[in-house]
This record gives sequence, C-alpha cells and structure tokens, in this order.
Amino acid sequence: MLKMPAESARGVPAANANADGAFVRIDGVSKHFGDVPALQDASVNIRRGEILTLLGPSGGGKTTLLNVVAGFLAPDIGSIHIDGRPVTDVPPYRREIGVLFQNYALFPHMNVASNVAYGLKMRGTPKAEIQRRLAEVLALVRLTGYQTRRPRQLSGGQQQRVALARALAISPKVLLLDEPFSALDKNLRGSMQLELKDIQRKLGVTTIFVTHDQSEALSLSDRIAVLSEGRIRQVGTPDAIYRRPADRFVAGFVGDVNVLRAELVRVEGETAFVGLGVATLAVPAEPLRGLSQGAPVDLFLRPEQLHLTARGGTSLCEGVIAAHSYQGGHVDIHIASESAVYGRILVRQTQSDAAAHWPVGAEGAIGCETQEAVAFPPEP
Amino acid sequence: MDSCGALRAIGVAIVAITLAFVLLPALVVAIAAFNARAVLAFPPDALSLRWFAKALAYDDFRVGFHNGLIVTAFASSIALVVGSAFAFALDRYSFRLKRTIESVLLAPLVIPHFTIGLGFLILAAELGAARGFAVVIACHVILVLPFVLRSVYISLRNLDQRFELAAASLGAPPRRVLTSVTIPLLAPGLVSGWLFAAILSFNEFTASLFVTSQRTQTLPVAMYNYVREYADPSMAAVSVIYIVATAALLTIANAFFGLGKVLNVENAR
Repeated sequence: MLKMPAESARGVPAANANADGAFVRIDGVSKHFGDVPALQDASVNIRRGEILTLLGPSGGGKTTLLNVVAGFLAPDIGSIHIDGRPVTDVPPYRREIGVLFQNYALFPHMNVASNVAYGLKMRGTPKAEIQRRLAEVLALVRLTGYQTRRPRQLSGGQQQRVALARALAISPKVLLLDEPFSALDKNLRGSMQLELKDIQRKLGVTTIFVTHDQSEALSLSDRIAVLSEGRIRQVGTPDAIYRRPADRFVAGFVGDVNVLRAELVRVEGETAFVGLGVATLAVPAEPLRGLSQGAPVDLFLRPEQLHLTARGGTSLCEGVIAAHSYQGGHVDIHIASESAVYGRILVRQTQSDAAAHWPVGAEGAIGCETQEAVAFPPEP
Repeated sequence: MDSCGALRAIGVAIVAITLAFVLLPALVVAIAAFNARAVLAFPPDALSLRWFAKALAYDDFRVGFHNGLIVTAFASSIALVVGSAFAFALDRYSFRLKRTIESVLLAPLVIPHFTIGLGFLILAAELGAARGFAVVIACHVILVLPFVLRSVYISLRNLDQRFELAAASLGAPPRRVLTSVTIPLLAPGLVSGWLFAAILSFNEFTASLFVTSQRTQTLPVAMYNYVREYADPSMAAVSVIYIVATAALLTIANAFFGLGKVLNVENAR
C-alpha cells in the first residue's frame, strides 16, 4: 500500500499539528496584480485528510490562492503553514505538494513512466524504489501496462489519471486540484469524480480542490470555502453552505434559489421571523440586524423547499405557470409571480404528472414545507 | 455554368503564371548550368555536366564554400546562444528599457546589410583589427540575431507555463526544470531558429563583401569575384548546387516546424 504522510499519522496525534487541528493554515493572505486585488485577507484552515474546496466564479481569487499555497505565487502579505511548518518563503520544489493541473500539463516529450517517475527522479530515489512506486501508483489509477505510452496517445480520462499518479507518486503532503474535471465530457466527469474521491479517501491525503462548478463542490467536498471578488465569503460543510448561506452571494451562487419579497415580523434573539402571504418563516437574525419591524427583506428559498398547491390554502404567494422543464426524476415548474424579486419562481415537483396537473397558464399557489430559510436585506 | 468555368480557368492561369514567375529565374539558371558551350546562354544548344565539374574543382569556390561553413557554423551558433538568452530575458522578466532593448536587437532587420558591412569595415580599420574570421563572424551574428531571437521568443510565448510549474511542484529546482522540461520543449524553436540563421548566413553577400578578405571570402563573395572576370556556366552550376543544398536545409527546418505544430496541438488538449 502506498504510504502517505497523512495516512501514516492518521489516528495518532501529530506532534507538530496545531491546537485547532489545521494541517494547512492560510493566514491573512492578500495578493495584488498591479493595482487589482486578486485576494484580500484570505484565511482558512484545512484539516488533515479532508477535501476542502475553493468554490467561486472565475476571477474570484480561488486559483490565485491555490497558486499561493503551491508556491507559484508569493503573497503580498499573509502566511501559509503546512504541517506546522511555515512555508511562505519556501520555493515550490521544496514544498512537497502534488498539483493536478486543469490541462494536466503532462510532459509531452516523456512517456507515462517518465512522467510519473519525474518527481521521484528529482528526489534522487534509487532506481529499484522508483520502479516499485511506479507500479504502485499506476495500479492505483488503473493504468498498469501503459508505461511506454506517450501522453498524446491517451484519452482525456487516461491523461488525467497519469497526471494524478504523477502528483501522488511523490507522496505529497497536500494535493492541489485545479479545475481537474472541466476538460472532460459530462459522463466521464462523473466517474472520474467518484474515482478521485475514492483514491483520496484511500490515501487520506489532505486535498485542496478548486472549482467554479457548485454541484461538483457539493458532491466532492468535506468542506467548502466560497470565494468572490478576492474574499472568502463563507467556509463550511456542503450542507451548511447550501442550507445556511452567510450572504446573498453564497445563497445565489450555490444551488438554485428563489428570492421572494417578504417582510420582517419580529426578532427573538438569534432568530428572526419573516412573513410572506399567510406564512411566517424562521431565519437567522444576524444578516437582518438593524432592520426595523415591517421592513422589506429578501427571502431565499430553494426550489425543492417549495410546492404548488390549490389557491386559497396556507400559501406564500400566488402566480401563473409559465413553463415546465421535465428532468426525469423531477419537473421544474417556472411560475410568474409578483412576489419574485428576480425573474420567475422555480418550483421542483417530484411527481411525474406535475406538468399535466399544472398546465402552462394555470393559476396556482406556492406553499413552503420548510421552517429553514435565510433572508437578507434587499439590494439597494 | 460557362462563365463559372471561364472564371475558374482564369484563376488557374493566374496561379500558374505567378508560380512560374517565382520559379523562372532559378529555372533559367539551372538549365543554363547544363550548357555544353562556354557562354551563359538560354536555352542551351547542347547539354553537359562539365561546368559542375569545373565549379567543384575551382579553388576559389572550394575555399569559399569551406569559409562559408566556418562562418555559418560559428555565427548561427553564437546567435542562438545570445538570441535565446535575450529571448528568455524578454519573455520572463520585466525591466527598465525592455522595449528599447528589444527594438535594438531587432534593428538589423531594417538596417541595410551594406551599412552593417561598411560599419564593420570602418570599425575594424579604426581598431587596427585584421580582417580575419572574427570580424566576418561578428558581422554575421548581428545580421542573423533578430531571426534567432524571434524564433526562440515565439516558442517561449507558446510554451505553456504549467509544464514548468508542474516540474517545480514535483521537486525540480529551476536548473533542472530548464534542462529537463523547458529546453526539450523549446527544441523545435531552437533548431529551426538555428537553421534559418545558418541559411541566411551562408547566403549573405552584401555585408560579407565589405568584411571578407581574399583569405576569408565566403562562397557568394567568391561567386561575385568570379562573375566579374568570367561569364561561363560554372556560375550557374554553383547556383544549382546552392539551391539544392538550401532546399535540403529548409526541408529539415520545415520538418521541425511540423514537429512544433504536433507539440502545440498536444499542449492544447
């Protein structure tokens, strides 16, 4: 079995681990390109063996942060610690970090074996040991027998597995994945994601994963850090990010969301109550701090939290069915309503006959089956 | 349908005439080289290979060819090293006067060759330097430097930086990155840059006329001196040999450019 530093230390309290259990510590990192701030005061801790995803739109700063961790970029201020050791001034070739690039960056003038063995050769590993490790990692990515192939003779998925084997061969302390699935077609993407997660869990290697794809982030991560405009907006488990987004940006970026016009009813300690139609929902009070009773707020609800009902019941609002979109397991129904802050309200119905039940043009009421929602002050 | 066919025929004719026009001078000379008589005439009355034999046996041509090889080999190799170093500096670093330095290095493209030749002649005389190979080679380095610089610079621009970052992350210090990744990936650009420099240098006449002496004259200069005194077809024979040799070199260069394309396609995947 492949020995990773993370695995060998698993279950044993590491002597040099921080008190808070952070294996990689990113502390107040800022980076400007000219006058343009790419990253502002970013701080996040990555625990030993976890997959932390940096999620955000392009230009959000996630790739900059990855490059700072890898040592490809020096931060203006701030520090990086890996396994208790400050590495901010350590060049990339001494950081022991495995990087999987978006385009894989396999050396085209070398075959698979030379690509995978490159890092071991640079470390002066004895030949016999290189051969043993080569066989081990190629088996891990299921490419035994491909040693003499050239990268251009491989499919996209195979190239990615070679790149992964190359990054893992050096037993990196941290594995960095830079949008690794964006070049693959959709079917292959799903199976590669499962395979990668499987390998990561098997080795227990601490992993930082960069993506702009929120569904990829939700399915692969132990925790997610959402970045936008160079700032980390929220760090949390996929469930926390999805259910308890910290701000409007996170709520809108991760998953589909409806924004409805509602009003603040009252605040009780940490909980605020927001009214819409005849319903009242409990939301976290923090974002609404400072608003007075009766003030307008934007209520954020997921499509699967809503359902269509006959008019006159205990509904949030009413509207007219504008369009259907059949998705196999569910039907997305788009509803034109005056309560929607932007566009139409999206309701996700799981009954396969929903479209027949609610034809386009029909009037319906929207009910809510959750007590859990978030609300933010309206945009100025 | 008819007018379409007529247009097509005219188009084909224009292309054919253009191609013929481009190749005509070389064709005329090549055919003249096989003339049996001792005049540069076209078309020849009778065919013979005697002028090839004479040209190959002529001492000035043999020495000129030999000198040309020496000058070419040194000039294009020195230009490759110097040009690559500057190309790296221009691509990788930002520094004061970067644009100015780039313009100066590319200036020989716009300065006439006879100006550069004359300049070297005056300088050599002022400094009392003998008109040896050093002067000829130095002059040729300046003439071919822009071509090498451009070739390597463009290759560097097209090189995906992630190859080097990948190597660094795998533990390769900068020098190992250079030797194991950067230079192998740049090889097509380096080789084709060298080959173009070599072809230019070997064919260079104008500046060479100023800086060469009887002892160091290159083949084009020897040919010029020959044609001032004689007008027999051995000149044409040398031309044919020249064309064949250069075409062979260009074919090799093209093979490397082709290779470069293959590598780029691969990078893009």
